[in-house]
Amino acid sequence: MANTGTDDGVSRRDFLTAVGLAAAGVLAGCSPEVREAYLQKHFLELTPEEVQHRLARLRADCRKQFGRDVSISAVPARPDVMFGYALDLSRCIGCRRCVYACVKENNQSRDPQIQWIRVLEMEKEHGIDLERANPYYDPEKVPDVDHFYVPVACQQCRNPQCTTVCPVGATWQEPDGIVVIDYDWCIGCRYCMAACPYGARHFNWGEPHLPPEELNPDLHVLGNRPRPTGVVEKCTFCIQRVRTGRYPACVEICPVGARKFGNLLDPESEIARILKEKRVFVLKSELNTEPKFYYFYGV
Amino acid sequence: MSQDTEDRPEKGPENDELEFSIARSNALIPLLLLFGLSILGIVLIIVRAKPIESSEGATARQAFGPADFPGIFQQPPLEPLVAAPVADAGGHADVLFPVPAPPFSEGIFPCSTCHADITPNPERRELAMHEDIVLHHDEEHRWCLDCHDQNDRDHLRLASGAAIPFTESYRLCGQCHGTQYRDWREGIHGKRTGRWDGAKRYLLCVHCHNPHSPRFAALQPLPPPVRPQFLHPEDAAAGRTDAARRQDGDGEHGH
Repeated sequence: MANTGTDDGVSRRDFLTAVGLAAAGVLAGCSPEVREAYLQKHFLELTPEEVQHRLARLRADCRKQFGRDVSISAVPARPDVMFGYALDLSRCIGCRRCVYACVKENNQSRDPQIQWIRVLEMEKEHGIDLERANPYYDPEKVPDVDHFYVPVACQQCRNPQCTTVCPVGATWQEPDGIVVIDYDWCIGCRYCMAACPYGARHFNWGEPHLPPEELNPDLHVLGNRPRPTGVVEKCTFCIQRVRTGRYPACVEICPVGARKFGNLLDPESEIARILKEKRVFVLKSELNTEPKFYYFYGV
Repeated sequence: MSQDTEDRPEKGPENDELEFSIARSNALIPLLLLFGLSILGIVLIIVRAKPIESSEGATARQAFGPADFPGIFQQPPLEPLVAAPVADAGGHADVLFPVPAPPFSEGIFPCSTCHADITPNPERRELAMHEDIVLHHDEEHRWCLDCHDQNDRDHLRLASGAAIPFTESYRLCGQCHGTQYRDWREGIHGKRTGRWDGAKRYLLCVHCHNPHSPRFAALQPLPPPVRPQFLHPEDAAAGRTDAARRQDGDGEHGH
């Protein structure tokens, strides 16, 4: 090309122009859905209309994938609400009802299996010792003699390290304290899984398998909507429930009433009373993650 | 490599030359052989090592889901939500907690149906009726009429002598279990469902605790999660379910 003064055939400017045009051409040739997915904005930058537009797209996706009509909401955080959770270790019997209620409510992949709650069996002799914890216990009956149980899910830290390491800002803390993930924005690098000291984040290594008849159709865009392969997921305090005033599914299923949930900013709430009247502790407090998931002994 | 060398001497004539060279060498070669073999052994141990498993190593292989346990999701019929405890018009308690009906056995209430015609007998004895009741609740010191009203069997009896309906039995329990009663009133002890921001469903103590034997019975736990070595993401990507895999008979995958 004469105008560049070089004789290597193609100038840099021409090359980049051609590449740009080709990319634009490919995008233009794609279906509108694919084009939109590639050119989407970050969830927090969407206007209310754009949020509704995305919800409509996700509804259509679910319709296509599962053949069922679903409701996907994007209910925002309420003002003056900070969610907290407390678990009574003196009551928990390790029956794992919460694990399965969570899977049912939050549409985790059945196979490969993903579970957000992991119940750790520990020995009374050694107390809370994560090195001796056994998540695979399976005795005839629980509670087993000389053992106690510590269910662990996302601790909903006030100072979450998972969000700070995310290179693309796909996970963040909402104003009501729930750490959420935008599955449309997650690139699957799993930095957050490495940063989480609680093993609370789970990666969709394989294509999530969820029978359509088992799909919970009551969805939240940042919560339990079906996930694609290659994204990270975790407990959201059942954001689709708690943002509408309901209790998380694990609270409702617990047969011994060990799980307590509420608004930390409301002094009359169960969780606020527990913090006031019981001795509570958090896991790995030395890491300064400041969880909003508290453990206590109710006796 | 070193294993080959060790095997060869037994194999045949083509190894004669090697055997010969070993025989001619000094003690270094057997030592080297031994060293090589031990390295190989260590590598084999590391590679072939079985994953660390507890005594229940046979479990945690199969992926179960909530659909396998429909029973646990069948909650008892829900009572109406209550916005807040109500003041007791009768003035017996500070507040009354609206609760579902007590979980009576079928056809047992009202008790007066039978007891109206029976002379009360406070003696500790082998009961001719109610043999299904096993008293395992401070049984050394307690007997029926400590809690059941002697003259009005359709009511319970507080230590003060006041008769209370079965729907207020938490007041009876609270006489001894004061801390639990306090925690229950605040929602710390016991199960609360409903809404975290408003109306809740309360349960009586006896909905969870058998009053005659209050300790919780042990439960069968739901199955553990699948150990990572038994997950099959590649199968799931190909649409093979866990059930299909079991039919194929490679449930022993990973061993």
